[in-house]
Amino acid sequence: MAALINVPAKARRGEIVEIRTLTSHIMETGFRHTADGALVPRDIITSFTCRYNGTEIFRADLFPAIAANPYLSFFTVAKESGKFEFEWIGDNGYLSSASASITVE
Amino acid sequence: MPTTRRQFLNLAGSVTVAGTIPIVTLRPLEATPAMLTAAIRNVVGEAPVRTGKVKLDIPPLVENGNTVPLTVSVASPMTANDYVKSIHVFNEKNPQPNIGNFHLGPSSGRAQISTRIRLADTQKVVAIARLSDDTFWQVTTEIVVTLAACTEEMN
Repeated sequence: MAALINVPAKARRGEIVEIRTLTSHIMETGFRHTADGALVPRDIITSFTCRYNGTEIFRADLFPAIAANPYLSFFTVAKESGKFEFEWIGDNGYLSSASASITVE
Repeated sequence: MPTTRRQFLNLAGSVTVAGTIPIVTLRPLEATPAMLTAAIRNVVGEAPVRTGKVKLDIPPLVENGNTVPLTVSVASPMTANDYVKSIHVFNEKNPQPNIGNFHLGPSSGRAQISTRIRLADTQKVVAIARLSDDTFWQVTTEIVVTLAACTEEMN
């Protein structure tokens, strides 16, 4: 699925950088009904993980109260050049991943 | 007798009022303050939760409860011995009291997260931070919501 990742391409060593992610997902709450009263089954992303050169630096457990197309922003210290890997896990076997690289000077 | 302007306006006015009565489907789906307390206890256990250190940035008046921007920041030096382990966000009146759990570490640099949430009603939002010394700090904010989210009918 489509994901938008915003990571600075370059950073100074030790600098605190912001990482912003946006992924497209319906985040169906499981609390809504159709007009004829049938419950719409839950379909949400339950977990998001960010790894920086293989080490987990941020993880989030998401609930139906997170808006559709989950947006997450967080910070990390730029320690070394490398890769950020992002992973979204959800209901019905949903799995999506993305990555972004950073150059640390 | 021809209709007077006053009669016409009276009639037109009452029709408009009747026509705009919203069709509201009330559902008993709502987390109670007791559920909120239980959800918080699930995270903090028996530990005391003090007020302070945590800042919750959320608009006080929300037009559309389907996407409410939310930023939580914690006053912390974020060093190897003194950092924020996790941030937990709860609500009072959505069908479920949890909003999200966010796990940080000393390498986060800054204890701040942002996301967008859903709010089903005018209610309280609570953010709790767990620090590296396992103390808990919280902040509570009241938010007025005009258009609810979560339980509306699907078209």
